[in-house]
Amino acid sequence: MQTSFSSLKNQLFSFVRKEFYHVLRDKKVLLILFGLPVVQVLLFGFVLSNEVKDSRLVIVDMAKDEASRQLTNKFEASRYFETDLISANEADIEVAFRRGKIKAAIVFPSNFQYDLQHGNKTQLQIITDGTDVNQANTINGYISSIVYNFVSESNQQTVPYRVVPEIRMLYNPQLQGAPNFVPGVMAMVLMLVCVLMTSVSIVREKELGTMEVLLVSPMQPALAIISKALPYLLLSFLNLLIIIALSVYVLDVPVKGNIFLLISVSTLFIVTCLSLGILISTNTNTQQEAMFVSLIGMLMPTMLLSGFMFPIENMPLALQIVSNIVPSRWYYIIVKDVMIKGAGIESIWMETLILGGMGLFFFVVSMKKFKIRLA
Amino acid sequence: MTADSSFSIQAEKLTKKFGDFTAVNEITMNVKRGEIFGFLGANGAGKTTAMRMLCGLSTPTAGEAVIAGCNVYKEVEQIKKRIGYMSQKFSLYEDLTIVENVEFFGGIYGMSRSDLKNKSEALITKLGLQNEVKKLVGSLPLGWKQKLSFSVAILHQPEIVFLDEPTGGVDPITRRQFWDLIYDAADAGITVFVTTHYLDEAEYCNRISIMVDGSIAALDTPTNLKKKFNTESMDDVFYELARGAKRGDN
Repeated sequence: MQTSFSSLKNQLFSFVRKEFYHVLRDKKVLLILFGLPVVQVLLFGFVLSNEVKDSRLVIVDMAKDEASRQLTNKFEASRYFETDLISANEADIEVAFRRGKIKAAIVFPSNFQYDLQHGNKTQLQIITDGTDVNQANTINGYISSIVYNFVSESNQQTVPYRVVPEIRMLYNPQLQGAPNFVPGVMAMVLMLVCVLMTSVSIVREKELGTMEVLLVSPMQPALAIISKALPYLLLSFLNLLIIIALSVYVLDVPVKGNIFLLISVSTLFIVTCLSLGILISTNTNTQQEAMFVSLIGMLMPTMLLSGFMFPIENMPLALQIVSNIVPSRWYYIIVKDVMIKGAGIESIWMETLILGGMGLFFFVVSMKKFKIRLA
Repeated sequence: MTADSSFSIQAEKLTKKFGDFTAVNEITMNVKRGEIFGFLGANGAGKTTAMRMLCGLSTPTAGEAVIAGCNVYKEVEQIKKRIGYMSQKFSLYEDLTIVENVEFFGGIYGMSRSDLKNKSEALITKLGLQNEVKKLVGSLPLGWKQKLSFSVAILHQPEIVFLDEPTGGVDPITRRQFWDLIYDAADAGITVFVTTHYLDEAEYCNRISIMVDGSIAALDTPTNLKKKFNTESMDDVFYELARGAKRGDN
């Protein structure tokens, strides 16, 4: 018994060490493993944000009174706008829009302050570029909130009876883009690294012909699979820490919940993805095939169906049902809950169970497949 | 069938069918311990399938076989520990150095680190690779790779080593050196089971079998076979047998 245990240990040790040699000597693999997460996090963090910053805003001030100046000051102070004052007529505005120089315009009517203080109704014209609907809506939102803010400040004493809705965006008060996508990027990167890397690395052995030698050896298939996956488990874990560190220190998205809970559940997700990678490798014969299946079969659904880019609630029923079998959908919910909302295990246990169940299923099926191939 | 310890491979009416197709049809052979046994046949004759069954990679459809004293149906794991295997594809890792390859393949046979260290040093000295130790295997010439591959296949001192066209694409001088290694292994008591397409290599074997259409058409020493077919060369023996084949590349 002693000897068989030590030989198992030797087998595992040699195999894992060999896998590390493969990974560490292949610069392309290293680049994908560690370059990709960093690039994705930074890309989504800084470039692909749905925040609209520094929009050029033209203010046509016909009133030139104190109230219009105060409101103008508020726009100037906002980081969302870069204000440009033109006193000229409204015709100039259209020219500026057409040239694409400005994103929005605000026109103060000539009796702005008077109406504000005496009448019940003050008009303020807001013009936005409707060619990009999402952007126009976002800018409208920013302008409205600044105007609303201004009105409620200046009217506090004068009008006693008013309903003042106090709007708060829970968990993300500044409506930043980053908290929304960090969980998505985590799901995507871990999925990509675990599924793609594992499947390709196993299929490569088939292509090279070394698989045959491994199959003739006394190494147990289960042990071979585990030693194949172990290095990727470690590397993905490292990746996970890098992503969390980047989001906390570079993107200012803190981990609100328990970090150990986040890490444990992420490890579960990693294991699920690794099993999926192994499953893909048992069904494919070339590296290209494995890569294709991993990318089309896994990465696309992760991007489209996990709720990260498009809300699942808005999808047609059929797609909503399909989204249930995408592991990253559940992981995305978990990360959002734990990392952004600060939720504990009591609110994510169901998602965790589903994820664990999927992992177990993939693992068992791939073990079966692996053995059948031996016969 | 009773296991006889003087034989490394005993097969009786071993058969493998894939659906309607009988890849290997009732082959019977006994290979003695320390014998160099040549396994010849045209492409598609069923050599690879037969060899896969003997290695425990493929379960026979019918027949019986005892490999290194173990039943081919029930003791596959035991067989795997007692055999070495070298495939026709070069099967070491090109992105690992010589020592790393030796350590890996020794490791998956469960060898301990200290044992491996001694073995790999001896192996490197024997092959004269002292100056190449730190090089990646991918940078070695093919002949060296094949010799290394063979040495790795017998590192764990198996009872039998299966060689699947080990000298394909290798120059004649290296082939000669390769056969020196095979003789050394046989002298050390390792049974060598080798497939080849080179008929001059068949002459180096103690005995050879020639497969035609899934069956063994002839099995004897090269000298006896030449006598039987009344010819000077193995080429003629092979041609005589194989030209009647219905299967094959053509």
